[in-house]
Amino acid sequence: MSESAPTREVARRAFAAEFNDASYTFKESDDERAPLYALLPTGARANRVYVVGTLTETEDVGEDSEYWRGRVVDPTGTFFSYAGQYQPEAASALRETETPAYVAVVGKPRTFETDEGDMNVSLRPESITIVDAATRDRWVVETADRTLERIEAFDGAASQGGEAAAPDEYATMAETQYDSDLSMYRDQVIAALEDLEETEVTAEA
Amino acid sequence: MTDLRQHAVEVDEQFSDELDVGVDEIEERLETLVSDYRVPIEEARRSVVSTYLDEADMEREQLSDGDQAAEVADIDEPEEWLDLTAKVVELWEPRADSIAQVGLLGDETGTVKFTKWAKSDLSELEEDGVYRLGNLVTDEYEGRFSVKLNSTTTIEAIDEEIEVGDDATEVEGAMVDIQSGSGLIKRCPDEDCTRVLQNGRCSEHGEVDGEFDLRIKGVLDDGGEVHEVIFDQEATEALTGIGLEEAQEMAKDALDTEVVVEEMRETILGRYYRVTGPTLGRYVLANETETLEEAPDAEDVLIKARSL
Repeated sequence: MSESAPTREVARRAFAAEFNDASYTFKESDDERAPLYALLPTGARANRVYVVGTLTETEDVGEDSEYWRGRVVDPTGTFFSYAGQYQPEAASALRETETPAYVAVVGKPRTFETDEGDMNVSLRPESITIVDAATRDRWVVETADRTLERIEAFDGAASQGGEAAAPDEYATMAETQYDSDLSMYRDQVIAALEDLEETEVTAEA
Repeated sequence: MTDLRQHAVEVDEQFSDELDVGVDEIEERLETLVSDYRVPIEEARRSVVSTYLDEADMEREQLSDGDQAAEVADIDEPEEWLDLTAKVVELWEPRADSIAQVGLLGDETGTVKFTKWAKSDLSELEEDGVYRLGNLVTDEYEGRFSVKLNSTTTIEAIDEEIEVGDDATEVEGAMVDIQSGSGLIKRCPDEDCTRVLQNGRCSEHGEVDGEFDLRIKGVLDDGGEVHEVIFDQEATEALTGIGLEEAQEMAKDALDTEVVVEEMRETILGRYYRVTGPTLGRYVLANETETLEEAPDAEDVLIKARSL
């Protein structure tokens, strides 16, 4: 493969509860145009994410120009998506979609500081499209799987430590930045999957 | 062996098919330049090579650089000179008089399109024949690589069977992006060209009356890997339900071709697909596309989660 073509950033899968905890952002070079990453607490960098959930509410919160906020809900929490004049397609999707609806959002994590001094994480969408329930269910299982992979890798890195293997760079970074108990994220994965199984049972009944 | 001798041997090899020079003569010329005229060895070699290029009436690109044996899967750059030992998998009907033969070559690692120019005056390749092909040059078009046989190419039929590799790959993931140049496009009408026009212009043939075509350049992402996928007209229609005629109608009504890709975006962005097809450069060419509608089984993942 040619080295010159810049590789596209992978779209990470994370549930809303973990995504909203990813308040630490960083760049990997001093270049002004270097990609910005949010650090997921389970130990991965995310420049882009792909999420599927229920769009429950849209609101134009702009003052001078249109600035749309959409609430996209998954089994663990809510992704806040903001789209304005620089994301015209996403903004018009938020303007025109009748809620509730299942939507797929591809976008970039962004953080902002609230008046109270808290760091909030939001999603700046590249695209928002209406999808069906099957797509949403697939995303839940896939996101559960990817999240578990990260937790496993994180635990591996932590338990091996020292000289056994180089601990994963982002796991180490997450440990330093958040010092979180990952069992919380595992429990969310379990709850999300159980929720899915229940709806399947209900649907079959 | 001295450095000079080594260089002389290499230069001799480069011209072995064209000129019968001899290592001694080459070494002597190098010696004169290096010792008498204090020319650095690389420059001396360049100068000697130029002399023989003139003598053989060759272009520098045509020089073999000694060992350039390659496999089909290695081909990832245009304008590289290489040798292939390959089987003629298919011969196609040439679309122009300038082409003597065109088709598909294959080895264990995959297949690649080849073109043999009429003016190169080379011997005929036979379907299913296995050949050692010397000094081919690679070419690229929209991420697809091919090899060209040219007047310096050597063809040697060999008595060997090659098990041609299946280079089809299967990728799946969510369609996270549709790249520019997708939807209703226009291609250059020139037989050998078919380049996609930008604002009615072909980068090779200038302003032309383009021919409409449908195409999608999409990105499939599974959360771990990213794959770029090209859907041709047939695959695009199967994927989006929009055929070429309908697309042209849509564009005519809206006075804008962009409406087509906008509509396609709404249909396919954010959905999951599995695509099978050959890899062409950075792209997977969609031969088969499957929409992933069944939700996968949550049970296995749940068991894993509980065990952590």
